[in-house]
Amino acid sequence: MDEQWRLARKSEALRIRSAMIQAVRLFFIDRDFLEVETPLRIPEIAPEAHIEAPASENWYLQTSPELCMKRLLAAGYPRLFQVARCFRKNERGQLHLPEFTMLEWYEKGACYLDLMERCEDLIGFIAEKLDRGDVLVTAEGRRISLEKPWERLPVTEAFRRYTSLTPEEAVARDRFDEVIGFEIEPNLGRGRPTFLYDYPVSLGSLARLKRDDLSVAERFELYLDGIELANAFSELNDEVEQGRRFENEQQRRAADGGTVYREPERFLAALPHLPDSAGIALGLDRLIMLFAGAARIDDVVAFTPEML
Amino acid sequence: MYEASDLRKNLKIQIDGEPYVVTDFQFVKPGKGQALYRCKLKNMITGSQFERTFRSVDSFEEADLQEKKMQYLYREENKYCFMDNETFEQVYLTVDQVANAADFMVENVDVDILFFGDKPLGITLPNFVDLTVTKADPWVKGDTAAGNAKPVVVETGYQLQAPPFVEEGEKIRIDTRTGEYVTRIKD
Repeated sequence: MDEQWRLARKSEALRIRSAMIQAVRLFFIDRDFLEVETPLRIPEIAPEAHIEAPASENWYLQTSPELCMKRLLAAGYPRLFQVARCFRKNERGQLHLPEFTMLEWYEKGACYLDLMERCEDLIGFIAEKLDRGDVLVTAEGRRISLEKPWERLPVTEAFRRYTSLTPEEAVARDRFDEVIGFEIEPNLGRGRPTFLYDYPVSLGSLARLKRDDLSVAERFELYLDGIELANAFSELNDEVEQGRRFENEQQRRAADGGTVYREPERFLAALPHLPDSAGIALGLDRLIMLFAGAARIDDVVAFTPEML
Repeated sequence: MYEASDLRKNLKIQIDGEPYVVTDFQFVKPGKGQALYRCKLKNMITGSQFERTFRSVDSFEEADLQEKKMQYLYREENKYCFMDNETFEQVYLTVDQVANAADFMVENVDVDILFFGDKPLGITLPNFVDLTVTKADPWVKGDTAAGNAKPVVVETGYQLQAPPFVEEGEKIRIDTRTGEYVTRIKD
């Protein structure tokens, strides 16, 4: 009876979850995107300094569907989306599950700025489908207006506003993540969503450099109510540069005593064919939390690892 | 040795030879960034507190503490009295040292008292305790499916949310780490 009760308590959140996933599909299919499914279990993953993939025999469970989706993009599919399960080792907290659901989409001919507008439209569309009007109310009763346009805040400006460092100083002192996580993030997306954009080059491993300012990468993160919701790039399609950056990430992994992954050769081989495009990964569970007024990611999935 | 990923509320670690308890814990990880473990730590001897952020490469010594099974006798103003069942020796802990363990402890039960040398510092609670419900609204049958919760009070005076079918006089199991209801105990 305890088990029934525990699961029954989630019924409202699970109903919202289902309605939102249907709204996501409707949104993209209406706009001529192709829904794809790529394998969860893959032999090579994009080496990133701080993302750990669980091993599955001598392959891995994906940490995101990025590599396979970009190979499709390079093969000529112009608009793709996927609702995919992703896996990340050692990530568990109020906002983290080691297995979670990612919405990822890619658009040929778009840059990261176009994706900001797509985010505004997507989340506005979901709110409309769920009869929410243009205000979300969080677990703690805070209101977030979805009225467009949302705030667009360069990383340098956020550092100026909320810290006493510049982004470059934070990177040099290996304190960037800490400053973002504890000093900046809690202020973002309050009252209305915030796009934090133009990251220092070293923090955009798969992103293209900005054409008129080579000190930053064309990357943004979307925040709602202090929660990091999505990460987007204008995609890098220079295989030599990408290979160099992977090498650099591998060295950082090795320095921390982490697994050094195999170089994703087939992905690198496809890169020269990748058109100018932009792509984004959005943590669907977190977006569902915001719509369900849930304080913990646990509240919007039927089962957490601890319940299995 | 503990890894950073072992950090959680109530974990006891040793820093510079002194025992500390984690009193508050937050896992923060920017999607592409490092895992950060922000802890509030309390020195178990002096009571002084500070905040520190650890990274996944950090590791810690276990706090060098001894545990002794003692019987909880009574509370007297701002302290709690415990007795060694063999030597009848008695020790006291302050309200601050007992902290939320008081929510899960009834008189005359055995608990593990933590010692640093001969100094009593605190209590190690078992992860689960079974306590009798002393106050609960009656169960309106058929309420289960809705997944509602209702407030109930247990014999220590602690209040928590429980399923609607839990009734007065029943024993329930509580997770002392979260303070949450686990299951109903049938005798």
